[in-house]
Formats: sequence, C-alpha cells, structure tokens
Amino acid sequence: MKLQYFKQSLPKQFIISNLSVIFVALVCYISIDFIGYRSVALLLLATVSILAIFFSLYPVLMAATMSALIWDYFFIPPHFTFLVRSSEDILLLLMYFVIALINGVFTSRVRQFEKIERQKEERHNTIKLYKTLFDSLSHELRTPIATIVGASDNLMLNELNISDADKQELVGQISSSAFRLNRLIDNLLNMQRLESGMLKIKPDWCEISELINSPINWLEKELATHKLGIEIQEDFPIVKLDAGLIEQALFNVLHNETLYTPEDSTISVQASYKNNCITIVISDNGKGFTEQDLTMLFSKFYRSGTKVAGGTGLGLSIVKGFLEAHGGTVKVENNIPHGAKFSIEIPTEIIKMDDYLSFSNANTKAGDK
Amino acid sequence: MDARQTILIIDDEIQIRRLLEITLTANDYKTIEADNGKDGCSMAASFNPALIILDLGLPDQDGLDVLNKLREWFTNPVIILSARNSEEYIIKALDRGANDYLTKPFRTGELLARIRVATRQNSRQQEARLEFGNLTIDLDKHLAYKNAEIIKLTSTEFSLLALMAKNEGRVLTHTYILKEIWGYGYTEQTQYLRVFIAQLRKKIEDNPSKPTLLITESGIGYRFSGI
Repeated sequence: MKLQYFKQSLPKQFIISNLSVIFVALVCYISIDFIGYRSVALLLLATVSILAIFFSLYPVLMAATMSALIWDYFFIPPHFTFLVRSSEDILLLLMYFVIALINGVFTSRVRQFEKIERQKEERHNTIKLYKTLFDSLSHELRTPIATIVGASDNLMLNELNISDADKQELVGQISSSAFRLNRLIDNLLNMQRLESGMLKIKPDWCEISELINSPINWLEKELATHKLGIEIQEDFPIVKLDAGLIEQALFNVLHNETLYTPEDSTISVQASYKNNCITIVISDNGKGFTEQDLTMLFSKFYRSGTKVAGGTGLGLSIVKGFLEAHGGTVKVENNIPHGAKFSIEIPTEIIKMDDYLSFSNANTKAGDK
Repeated sequence: MDARQTILIIDDEIQIRRLLEITLTANDYKTIEADNGKDGCSMAASFNPALIILDLGLPDQDGLDVLNKLREWFTNPVIILSARNSEEYIIKALDRGANDYLTKPFRTGELLARIRVATRQNSRQQEARLEFGNLTIDLDKHLAYKNAEIIKLTSTEFSLLALMAKNEGRVLTHTYILKEIWGYGYTEQTQYLRVFIAQLRKKIEDNPSKPTLLITESGIGYRFSGI
C-alpha cells in the first residue's frame, strides 16, 4: 500500500489541519438543523481520518482533540459548555476520542513501515548500482592499465627482439590507454557532479561554431578515420548556455559515434535555431540501435549489446543530465536508411549578431584612439 | 658559461618533476626544482630563472598565492600546470599574471611550444609589422592584409586583431580582451567578444568554421596562433 504524503512543514500541517476542522465544524454548525448533532461527530471524524492520510502524527492528534472539544462545546446539548448531560453522549464522545486517536496512531505506523520499506528498497538499488559501477569500472580501469603495464614491460626488456615499428606501436598504446583512463575519470567526475546535485550551470554567451568545434578538436584522432560533415544554419545568433557542459555533452555523443561506427562512416552535425531554442542533430550512417538500445541508451551504466572497448555506460547518461540541467532534451532514433540520430534541443536566450555589430562599433575604446 | 636557459619547476609530484626535467633537458634547457611553494619562491629569488613552471596544487600554499608573491618582483614568464575542469582557477591565475597554462595530462610537444612562445614574447611586442603566413598586420597604419590585399576591418575589429596578434601564442582571457578593447565597464559583456571574434574570423580565416589563427580556449579565452 502506498499512501500519498504531502511534504509540508510541520507548522503548516498544524495550521492546515486545524483550519480544516474549523471549516467543517462551521459548515456543520450552519446546517445543524438538517443533519443533527450526532452526524456532526461522524463528519468531523471523517475529516480527522482524511487528515491522517496526509499528515504526520502530532497535527492529526491535535486535530482529533480539537474536533472532540469543538463537538462537545458547540454541538452536544447543552450548547456552549463542555458539560455533557446524557450518558449516551458521554459514551459517544469517549468513542469519538478513541477512534480519532487510533486513526492517527495507526496511519502514522503505516507510514513508518512504508518508510522503512522504501529505505530498504533504496539501499538495495544503491548496492545494485554500485555493483554495476564497480564491475564496469574495474574492467574499464584494468584494460588500459594492463595495456600500459604490458607495453612498458616489453619496451624495458631490451633483450626482446622488437622492431622499431612495433616499439612505436607499443608507445602509441601506452599513450592512448592513458587518454582512455583520463576520459574515464572525466566521466566519473561529471557523473558525481550530477549525482551529488552540486551541478550548477553557468550560462554565458557563446557562438555555435565554437561550441561544435571544441569537441571535434578533442576528437581529432578518433574522427580522422571518419567522414565529418558540419552544417550550421545561416545567420546563427549567439546563444546563452554553459559552454563547458554542452561541449562535454557533444563530445560524449560524438565519441560514442566514433566508437560504435565502422571506419569510413559519415558523421554529420547539424545546428539550427527557431525562436528561443537551438537544435543540434548528430547522426551517422553506422548500424544504428536495437529497440532495447533506443529505450535504454540514456540510462546509467546501460551498455549496448555490441559492447565496444572504451565505453563505460556513463557517457550518454551524462549527456542527458547536462541537457536537463539546461532545461533541454536529448532524443535518439535510428537514422534513415540506417545509423543513429541524436537530437539535442536547448532552450536559450539569443542575440542576433547584426544587432550588435553596429551598436558596439560606435561604443569602443578603440574608436577614441 | 652555461648558455642554456634555466627553468624552475615548482611541483610536489616527483614523477611530474622527473618527466619535466627529462623533457626539458633533452630540449636544451637547464632545470631546477622545488617541491613546495616556499622553496619555489626562494629558488626563484636566488636563480632568477628564465621561466617558471608552477603547479597550482601545492601542499604548503595555494598556487595562486605563490603566483601573487612571485609577481611582486618576478617579471619572466610563468606557466601554470593545473588539473582539468578548473577553468575558474586557471582564469584567476592568468588574470594574476601567469603567461600561459597547461592542464594535466599535457602533451610534451604542447609544453615545449608554450615555453618557446612565452620566452620569445617580449621581442615580438616591439614590431610594427606582423606577418603570419598570408596575413600581414601593419600596426602603424592600422591596416591588415590577406594575400597582399587590404582586409576591410572596423576599428574595433582591427584593435581586436592587433591585440591578439601582438600576443601571438599566448592565451588571453575573455575579461582581459574585453577590458583592453571595450574598457573596464565591459568585462562581463562576453556577447561583444563572441560576435566580434566570429566577424573577424570571417574576414581573416581561410575557413572561418575551422579557424587556425584565432583559436578558442574553451571556457578561458582566445589564443592567436601564428604558425
């Protein structure tokens, strides 16, 4: 059973519960001639029960006590005294009290039980997540480390007969393994920033080709084996967003595509804008994704069935996190006729370049010189 | 007498110091080392090195404080080493007088290029005519030429180009450029800079969407690369 639970502050809960008791009492008082004072007890009891569903123990107990007193004072004859004449009414009042109290205590028990269950479930999920993380991490860390250890061992043992070309390759492997480790650390740090809720975006004005070029430059080596096409809509305005995060997001998508597409595939980046929203579409003509991939791709630690070296299952969930921090979205679908297509949308302030050129030319220090 | 330039390395990590020492010695520099800020400062005072490589994460003092102390009297170049993802820290260091920065992990080729740029910088500032491939900038006449043809530049565009070119190879922070070109009141107006850099690239770059002269240093500033 899952009860809905309003997360109001305690003082608020006291105020709301008292007010609702008073309100119901007032309505009852007006219509007392039609309903009779005994059914008022039931109506008040119903109110307290409803409050017990949403609020915590003490406000409910308070409401229970108050409603009992109100009923006694205003409704049980003689009116406007706490005096109760008939033994029937005394019994009713007592029963009212007991039921209201049981109500309060019982629901708070249920809620406590639920809380414990929820904590258990959360703990279970965290353990599962950590297990996946550590499984993935230890593998992802060990592979490049093993490469570095092995390659440097070979280079250190002079008696081995290694050709110069092979030596070069070993050195290259050490270098690329190190960069792979570095990328992994970047992703872990970014993940941690997202998870801890410490991520604050710092939007500043940026220019679209700079945004797109940075990740492309970082991926120079990986992209060398691919064909790359960039299309930017004419007269693209400057936009206000956190360039560091968006560049990292674009990097992760692009890196993903270089990993999962064969050599000589084409990767294309298209940027367009409409009103106060920019769209960046990154697509390739590789194999694309399975149905399961498409639904799971942005989940943490999800790795496609066709695992490739270098993935951690973190990259794309970071993309999603960074875009959501901007109020943006990322979607993935299969490209036509084949391949993957990531569509990134970011709402942003824009400034048309032309508006600025004329104004700020007149406004320069250099102009006075 | 030893004609090699002396470089002081201030870094607490022995591995990084060894790596730098091997790299620099192989490239004809002489190195001296300190593993904390205090020793670094006193070694700078006694040896007056041609350049200092300063790690920002030191055990005894904040790297920025060390930089402040050095800059009270030390006028030769300082290159900052720092961890990645710390743009704000790097910007602070650059604004406090560091000449350049490298993030760990760095490529040694990149390190050597930065050292070369930093050590020859002072000589370039004096020239009136700067040439970079097919681009020529005449600082006296306020004119720029591409393939010997005059490029039509507004005065702001020319000032921006001249500022960048005079500091060839050196990273200039957004704040610094805005202050130099537009003035103190404009240091937050990054939109000006974005617009004008884009505009300038259209005029001077062979391929404005893949700039080779005006290089973006993501989150930090711009660098003019004349090579």
